[in-house]
Amino acid sequence: MQTTLRVRRFNPEHDQPSSYFQDYDLEVNPADSVLDGLIKVRETIDDSLALRCSCRGAICGSCGMRINGHAALACKTKMISVASEGETIQIEPMKNMPVIKDLITDMASFWSKIRQIQPWLQPQGPPPTTEYTAPPQAMQHLNRVMSCIMCGVCVSDCTVLEVDSQFIGPAALAKAYRFVADPRDAATRQRLENLNTPGGMWDCTRCMECIQACPKGVGPMDRIMSLRTKGMAAKIPATCGSRHAEVFTDIIKHKGILDEPMLAVRTFGLKHVGRLFEMIPMVFQSILKGKVPLSGPLHKPLTSIRHIQRLFKRARKKS
Amino acid sequence: MKYAFFPGCVSKGACPELYQSVMQVYPKLGIDLEEMTTASCTGAGVLQEKDEKLGDALNARTFALAEQQGLPIMTICSTCQGVMSQANHRLINDADYLKNINEMLQEEGLTYRGTTTIKHFLWILLEDVGEDALRQAITKPLTGLRAAPFYGCYIQRPTEALGFEEHPDRGKSLERIMEILGADVVDFPGKTRCCGFPILTINKINSLSMVATHTQDAKSHGADIMVTPCPLCHLNLDGMQSQAAKQEHTTIDLPILHLPQLLGLAMGFDPKTLGLTRNLISPKSALATIGINL
Repeated sequence: MQTTLRVRRFNPEHDQPSSYFQDYDLEVNPADSVLDGLIKVRETIDDSLALRCSCRGAICGSCGMRINGHAALACKTKMISVASEGETIQIEPMKNMPVIKDLITDMASFWSKIRQIQPWLQPQGPPPTTEYTAPPQAMQHLNRVMSCIMCGVCVSDCTVLEVDSQFIGPAALAKAYRFVADPRDAATRQRLENLNTPGGMWDCTRCMECIQACPKGVGPMDRIMSLRTKGMAAKIPATCGSRHAEVFTDIIKHKGILDEPMLAVRTFGLKHVGRLFEMIPMVFQSILKGKVPLSGPLHKPLTSIRHIQRLFKRARKKS
Repeated sequence: MKYAFFPGCVSKGACPELYQSVMQVYPKLGIDLEEMTTASCTGAGVLQEKDEKLGDALNARTFALAEQQGLPIMTICSTCQGVMSQANHRLINDADYLKNINEMLQEEGLTYRGTTTIKHFLWILLEDVGEDALRQAITKPLTGLRAAPFYGCYIQRPTEALGFEEHPDRGKSLERIMEILGADVVDFPGKTRCCGFPILTINKINSLSMVATHTQDAKSHGADIMVTPCPLCHLNLDGMQSQAAKQEHTTIDLPILHLPQLLGLAMGFDPKTLGLTRNLISPKSALATIGINL
């Protein structure tokens, strides 16, 4: 098939470095990967094109880049899956990290955040005479998260990192879950408390970009949700995030539907009463505009609330 | 085309104009609705942080109620759609899990067999009503109105649970509807990104940064208005826009319309009956440019 690879170039050694797009017209096999195409460009058209790659089999995690706007491994992305005959494929370096040259990014901050969560086992007591062991069934639930190859693709597409570089990010949080949920680790509470700080597990906006982008099925956001569940179960100090989830659940238990004003009042409480005051102008404006709940200001419980409450009881018993 | 209508908490709460506008437009599209008045909140992904299985049980109950009615479910909220689609995906792909959840539903005499279809109004317009019937319902094409789409995360990802493999056009359905209604579609990179609403209580600065980024971006690409099928996105993009502008020391003033509001305008409804006076960022001047008085 005929295609054009439109590659974002950047040369830091240029007198006035700035990025620009360069088009490369190619004849490729539709089953070729985008990485095959880029290597062909480098070997036959332009040997100045810089990119990272190694295994070509989605194992080493080197060739993360944005393909048509979304981060992916170039070696795992077939040409035919991103373009039809004659169409252009846009290729850019990963986002949320500085570009060194062309498609090569500086992953220093990625690794620093991984180190921040202490990605090693912290067991308690004297070391065993052989290795630390766990029954296979106790480790099964970690299979997916242990598949992470540290490619940085999830970090590239993270919507929170786009506006806040201090956020620890999906890769580090997924790695943190890998140790929090490891039956051999004894630092669970400390790990959860470390993640319970600004920029930690509660700052994820649940956009699911990382789930969609991850080439290994790690599902970073799902792991972040599990960290939150574990944090609440361990009763680590409450944050606005955990109170929001606790209060939300409690409101559904008592009414079956959401009561937004009650959710805000109880989430912020007296401790963050200033945040409630900040909402007053918006609330007044809404009332003036007639944005009044159709179910009444007090949000009456559903007529089926008894059935819903029984489900809550049964769920508690089952867990 | 009859559906079990799941309005979602927000269309009955903080965004009553969404419920109001969908009630206006649906009868003229050959749609018949039976509202699910006893179904609970989906959990919105928040209750699931506390207990995912409980969330799945609540949603399985809703699916079982629709199954009893013999009707597919219609949602009008990207978040409700996404949370329900994900729950359904887990339930129908794990027989043991479904059996376990059904044991919880037994007390109410309910069983979910896994046959309920859950569809957002956005998808129903294209897949069930169809483009031809939609075109016939348009009496006032929105020619000259430059509209930017904004989907909401839950109706874009994860694609597997949302049925994008079977319906690949769902990912661009909002643009397609806007084209059919005669509007000029303003494409911009943020259309499938996050509005920031889920972290509004947790990290307001980041949340408002997202509002400012996407609304300013849409405006800089030439948008007169933005359209969303998600009331939670609407709460942030419309309700918090003035605070976002203040945080970024700028003015934005981009009206945000619910999908049924835009549709209703093209169908010739009086903008007041579509609840357009309830939007906090007034669309009055944007609509005046195409001869609609608010």
